[in-house]
Amino acid sequence: MEVTEAVAIDHGLKKEEFSKICELLKRTPNLTELAIFSAMWNEHCSYKSSRKHLKKMHTKGKQVIQGPGENAGVIDIGDDDAIVFKIESHNHPSFIEPYQGAATGVGGIMRDVFTMGARPIANLNSIHFGSPQHKKTRNLLRGVVKGIGGYGNCIGVPTIAGQTTFDESYNGNILVNAMTLGLVNKNKIFYSKAAGLDKPVIYVGSKTGRDGIHGASMASATFDDKIEEKKPTVQVGDPFTEKLLLEACLELMADNSIIAIQDMGAAGLTSSSVEMASKGNLGIELDLSEVPCREEKMTPYEIMLSESQERMLIVLEKGKEEHAKKIFDKWNLDFAVIGKTTNSKKIELIFDNKKVAEIPIDLLAENAPIYDRPWKKTKLPQKLKFDKDEFKSLKLSDCLRKILSNSNISDKKWIWDQYDHTVMGDTIQKPGGDAGVVRVHGTNKAVAASVDSSALYCFSHPLTGGKQIVCESYRNLISVGAKPIAITNCLNFGNPEKEKNMGEFVECVEGITDASKYLDFPVVSGNVSFYNETKDKGIKPTPTIGGVGLISDYQQMLTMDFKTEGNLVYVIGKTDGHLDQSIFARELLNEKKGPPPTVNLFNEKNIGETVLDLSRKNLIVSCHDVSLGGILTAVSKMCIKGKKGIKINTLKGLTNKYEYFFGEDQARYIVEIPRASLKKVIEILNKYSVHFDDLGIIDGNSIKYNDDINLPIEELADAHKYWLKKYMDS
Amino acid sequence: MRSSVIIFPGSNCDRDMDVALKKFGFKNQMVWHNDQSIPKSDLIVLPGGFSYGDYLRCGSIASKSKIIKSVIDFANSGGLVLGICNGFQILTETGLLKGILQQNKFLNFICSNVFVKVKDKQNKYFKDLKKDVLELHIAHNEGNYFCSDDELKLLQDNNQIAVTYCGEDGTENEATNPNGAIKNIAGIFNENKNVLGMMPHPERMIDKYLSGEDGSLFFKNILDNFK
Repeated sequence: MEVTEAVAIDHGLKKEEFSKICELLKRTPNLTELAIFSAMWNEHCSYKSSRKHLKKMHTKGKQVIQGPGENAGVIDIGDDDAIVFKIESHNHPSFIEPYQGAATGVGGIMRDVFTMGARPIANLNSIHFGSPQHKKTRNLLRGVVKGIGGYGNCIGVPTIAGQTTFDESYNGNILVNAMTLGLVNKNKIFYSKAAGLDKPVIYVGSKTGRDGIHGASMASATFDDKIEEKKPTVQVGDPFTEKLLLEACLELMADNSIIAIQDMGAAGLTSSSVEMASKGNLGIELDLSEVPCREEKMTPYEIMLSESQERMLIVLEKGKEEHAKKIFDKWNLDFAVIGKTTNSKKIELIFDNKKVAEIPIDLLAENAPIYDRPWKKTKLPQKLKFDKDEFKSLKLSDCLRKILSNSNISDKKWIWDQYDHTVMGDTIQKPGGDAGVVRVHGTNKAVAASVDSSALYCFSHPLTGGKQIVCESYRNLISVGAKPIAITNCLNFGNPEKEKNMGEFVECVEGITDASKYLDFPVVSGNVSFYNETKDKGIKPTPTIGGVGLISDYQQMLTMDFKTEGNLVYVIGKTDGHLDQSIFARELLNEKKGPPPTVNLFNEKNIGETVLDLSRKNLIVSCHDVSLGGILTAVSKMCIKGKKGIKINTLKGLTNKYEYFFGEDQARYIVEIPRASLKKVIEILNKYSVHFDDLGIIDGNSIKYNDDINLPIEELADAHKYWLKKYMDS
Repeated sequence: MRSSVIIFPGSNCDRDMDVALKKFGFKNQMVWHNDQSIPKSDLIVLPGGFSYGDYLRCGSIASKSKIIKSVIDFANSGGLVLGICNGFQILTETGLLKGILQQNKFLNFICSNVFVKVKDKQNKYFKDLKKDVLELHIAHNEGNYFCSDDELKLLQDNNQIAVTYCGEDGTENEATNPNGAIKNIAGIFNENKNVLGMMPHPERMIDKYLSGEDGSLFFKNILDNFK
């Protein structure tokens, strides 16, 4: 097949990009070479639209061992223990084939983590679907949940937390973001940088098939009516093989045989080999006839583009081949020496004793295009003036019932019951809390993790929204008693070639950066998913933040369920009653305009540290951050989980009760304080100059507020717990 | 008491079981599925997981594995064999236990705490157990126990039903049956009651920071009965 501009465009390259390739190579590439360029230069692998902005992120910190740029980020949690973690999107494949798309998303992120020598200890996911009324939503949700469970459950890694939202902007583009945390000895971390000449390059894992060819370029394009035709580009997962690969790799990693290791993820053999050589400033020569193939007569083109799952590429110390092969034989996995490192600084491919491709590595990596795409700022919307007289027709208890059963607030037990969240025997906080918590096996430490996103806030004002999610993640970790350490992010956006979408990206990144700098909560890994757009309709900007924190003594972990009658309940942080963009405004006033709540980073940090101080001193016995739905929603969840009621005190002064109870102001927590600790708590709150309200007292079996609310907890629990199950069964 | 946990390549509760056994004082060893024999043991455990991927019927390949002959011989000579979750599935596939484990009634994987009623205490697992209802944990997709009417009658007549799903107060009905198992069965014995297969995971319930502590009672009781 002759390579022409048209062929290049079919491969997802732009006209100008094709001319640049010819110019750099000083000739026209052959088809295999073109395929390699298209795989390396697409948005998914090259970050060509995002790189300029990602560079500004805050990525350094005392506990950061490895920031962005490796398979995953690594943080130090003391005593030579380190946590490896990352979040990644698998949006496009999951919309086309929800089960396999989601399953291989989980498989891919786990490989990123164990590639670095870490045993995965927890999975999380953030999944976003179209409106519940949309005809595809139910099946997509069912398929994605089954896929995530099918893969993670089989490997035996607990899924400890997650987030699920519904919004019509995802009708044609669902989001599936999967996150994994792994535990590694900090002196035994493996990287993807090749080193040394003439070292054997080893292929291990599953055989290569024709599945997933062009997967990475699919993830770099928008959807149209013919999207169903792309089903064959979705990879098929085999969790059992991944389990074998995990165990075999960790066994080989126990000694010093491996120089560099990289999983074959997006763009398979192409990106893994190019990345290892590029990082080591080396060349690489591969004999594709040696690649274990699942199907007959596979061409070099297909072998290089295949995205078959559960495969790894390893640069091994010379002479260790037999030793390594023994381990992979034990686990019944393919093992083949397929090439070597060279000093040519080129990728050279041999097939049937003929050279079939030869490209200088720097053209694929450093010389890949970088775009400074035009973007548009989003103005802060005008704050709405609510007609408070209109509120009076709304009964507080009806509002609360409605909000608790809202699709985005309601309990997601139907989902997480399908994930094994207790395997490995260290899960001490299950899904449904502010963050999931697992113990660091055999120690007193525990690691907390949470995934968060706020598309409505980000859509209204990306800069504020970007800050807000980082703060929300920070608060969720503090709410379980963990000190926040670092984050990973998955940046899901629409089409970067549109100024509005590009602007949303740029400003969300700016917001994330501001907050992570201020809170000393650096970004250590992440990924970008653009082109979440179908027939010209893009998603709301949805950056997802995966936060990780440490509890140095797991017995100090906090949960949100109310513990003891008679204990006092305080709101820490000030409530001004911000209703714009709130669930209350949407659900009860049908009002979608206005700015998101203001983020005050000083308050976030100061109040966060205050609450952490209270928990370290064992002065509070439960804690929950106030977010979507405001104080009344938060306190209801604490009642439902603890099966206890609360008597709420009469609000002081002129405070409007609707604004107070449903406002979504930031930097607030609700805490339960035993009476004996109250004096000390108040001293500490005063020391930090933190505003607090005496909300009420834990009492009986219902939520009571003057004559306005008297709702039995059981009734509220029904409203909260069964929306999703009923929806899925209907 | 010496125990051995068999590791199949897709086992994923092997470590959890090892931790639990050792915590209560078993001298435990791990045995690889390709080994020819099992070290001298008083208890053999088939742990949970996905033995060989379970893309066929769960446990069917494991029931033909190299190590399994030694397990069957050990069971037939009266040794204690405990199969949890996938281990239970394997035991039914070997024929050591009657019946089969089908996909859950609502076709979903279920990970949740459950209560089970101990139906028989005339055996080395539950003899003298202080509680009649235990809170344990399940995590499975194929835990819906089924057997023929004749087999069920035999199980009932010989008191081979070990544990059944129930409410906190011991009520057994459809509402307290998580997966559709016949007669709420969560675990059964062989005729001699030396082989026990059950879906719930006692090893996940061994300290108060986990889902609960009733699993501890289970392990301690086996040890007490051995003394």
